Amino acid sequence: MIELVEHPFDAGHALNAFLARRSETGAVASFVGLARSEGGWTIALELEAYAEFTHAGIAAFAAAATERFKLQDIHIIHRLGAIPPGDAIVLVLTAATHRREALDGCDFLVDHLKSRAALWKKDHGRAGARWIEPTGRDLADAARWEAAS
Amino acid sequence: MTRVLLFGRLSDVAGWRERAIDPPPDTLAALRELLRLEAPELGRALEGPGIQAAVDRALVLGDVTLSPGAEVAFLPPMSGG
Repeated sequence: MIELVEHPFDAGHALNAFLARRSETGAVASFVGLARSEGGWTIALELEAYAEFTHAGIAAFAAAATERFKLQDIHIIHRLGAIPPGDAIVLVLTAATHRREALDGCDFLVDHLKSRAALWKKDHGRAGARWIEPTGRDLADAARWEAAS
Repeated sequence: MTRVLLFGRLSDVAGWRERAIDPPPDTLAALRELLRLEAPELGRALEGPGIQAAVDRALVLGDVTLSPGAEVAFLPPMSGG
């Protein structure tokens, strides 16, 4: 399941719901990305998406992750709009028979969300606003899955 | 009518996020030229590194023909999470 939401979400509640009725799952991995305050300089992050295009792009690499890591299930929640420091921006949950597949699948999805999902991030700070582009590290993190395949 | 969408920093450069262009340009290159003539700064930004274009919600490379009701989006480098 992939959700793009305009409101705060409860990562703990989503994890508990994901863990329910899993008699054939041996491992669930989770990742939560939070908005940082950068020492009080950031007032809010603003996340922008291209609606169905963004959803379809995330669905495509979720399908790739499912096949590659033999995942049983995925739940991604990505928040849009203005996000204050401390709030969750993104949640990625993966379920698999064994831990390595669940962990690697989660890692793959987070790396792809960082630089390959149609999302744009703006930092609204005390010193003004600026768009944040993916760093060299972000791009290298996503590219390492191609080198390894 | 061609619907044009700008995302991320491109909408700040242009001062708009979405607009309709009528009569519709025949090709993506013609649309780029039209935008460049109207706003050179946006024209340059659209040619910048890492800017992708999507036509009717599919990424395209190079020039393509546009149908009269096409939706064209210009996408800066993506940055989620």
